Amino acid sequence: MHEMSLAEGVLQIIEDSAKTQNFSRVKTVWLEIGQLAGVEAEAMKFCFDAVTRDSIAQDAKLEIVEKPGQAWCLHCAETVQVQALYDACPKCGSHQVQVTGGNEMRVKELDVE
Amino acid sequence: MCNVCGCGAGETTIDGKAVEHGGHFHVHADGTAHDHDHSHDHDHNHEHAQAKHMHYHLHEDGSSHEHAHEHLHGHDHAHDHSHAHSHGAMHYGLGPAGAHAPGMTQARMVKIEQDILSKNDSYANDNRAHLAAHGIFALNLVSSPGSGKTTLLVKTIEALNSELKLAVIEGDQQTDNDAARIRATGAPALQINTGKGCHLDAYMVGKAMAQLQLNDDSLLLIENVGNLVCPASFDLGEAHKVAILSVTEGEDKPLKYPDMFRAADLMLLNKCDLLPYLTFDADLAVANARRVNPDIKVIRTSATSGEGMNEWLDWIKAGCRKAADRKSIDGR
Repeated sequence: MHEMSLAEGVLQIIEDSAKTQNFSRVKTVWLEIGQLAGVEAEAMKFCFDAVTRDSIAQDAKLEIVEKPGQAWCLHCAETVQVQALYDACPKCGSHQVQVTGGNEMRVKELDVE
Repeated sequence: MCNVCGCGAGETTIDGKAVEHGGHFHVHADGTAHDHDHSHDHDHNHEHAQAKHMHYHLHEDGSSHEHAHEHLHGHDHAHDHSHAHSHGAMHYGLGPAGAHAPGMTQARMVKIEQDILSKNDSYANDNRAHLAAHGIFALNLVSSPGSGKTTLLVKTIEALNSELKLAVIEGDQQTDNDAARIRATGAPALQINTGKGCHLDAYMVGKAMAQLQLNDDSLLLIENVGNLVCPASFDLGEAHKVAILSVTEGEDKPLKYPDMFRAADLMLLNKCDLLPYLTFDADLAVANARRVNPDIKVIRTSATSGEGMNEWLDWIKAGCRKAADRKSIDGR
């Protein structure tokens, strides 16, 4: 359940930017979560609601933008889509693939007032 | 940020203090600045064209002025807003929408673009810099509970204690049993209890490092909380993550917990002395680990029989030498 730590990380980023950007309430939070980041969207929403209680982000809506998993296949020498970290290349079946995208977890932007 | 024209109050400071929203502070392209309050029965006409816009004011006394100014926006917005307001102001293109009237919403978008783990990563970078400056080789040992981490660690320490200086950070949710086992070998050990936490983070480790007063050119072994999920995401500043998989677990563990085996540079296949009594297919386990991480190095070990211990110890010693050499090169 490291979604709880991640949700705390999100709240910390929000509270830090509240100080620098002068806002007092957050209405919506956009997260970008890669398919390969190992984060459960539902668990993230649950934990986010829990950690934001009595904070400036209380009742804020959490929007999760999923990014597809991408990898570079050494055999095909091109970028291919993968569903999981141990997926073989969907074109040639090789496991010589390096994940190049879809493992991000970032706070994109906030709708604030 | 000013919600009417979108100019960056967030970036504007006077004597280090952010400019409040009520007044209107502008720095013009020619370098002059003015500060004025708006009364709200005037008309605003805004046209944003890239970073430049026109500002037209009709004041209550009937006078009017018009000025152009450039705003330096610290960030770009991916969302385009086009709002028509009842008070006659129009926003085009850039610029968060909102109204200037008290009591009305001041909604706006704030671009963050920050990794959720950035706080942890910055602590991890501090730890890594400290370790590098002192030539300390740090390993983050990760596994599921019961893989034999602590026993392996005790044997490792007993073998290395006479050759090099080392210290241990132990992570567990509760008890300091593991630290006590390590201290029995004579090595300094510090127990971190994470309470409800399922992993060590870089901040905890940084604090522990300071408390342990690590020697230069030494070895730091960090035994993470027994968990194959969360510790994968949290960089502690270590040189390598070492995943320990015991043969009493399943061969498919690397596939079930790919994040961890992907984050690790070395896998110790532990308790190999038990292989004759089990149906565990060691080759399959290694193949599965390589499916997730083609570059992972594997050593088959047994703390009981001593199998693979020399290879493991040599790997540690090589890492220690490299860390010490790099320090003396960088320090020159």
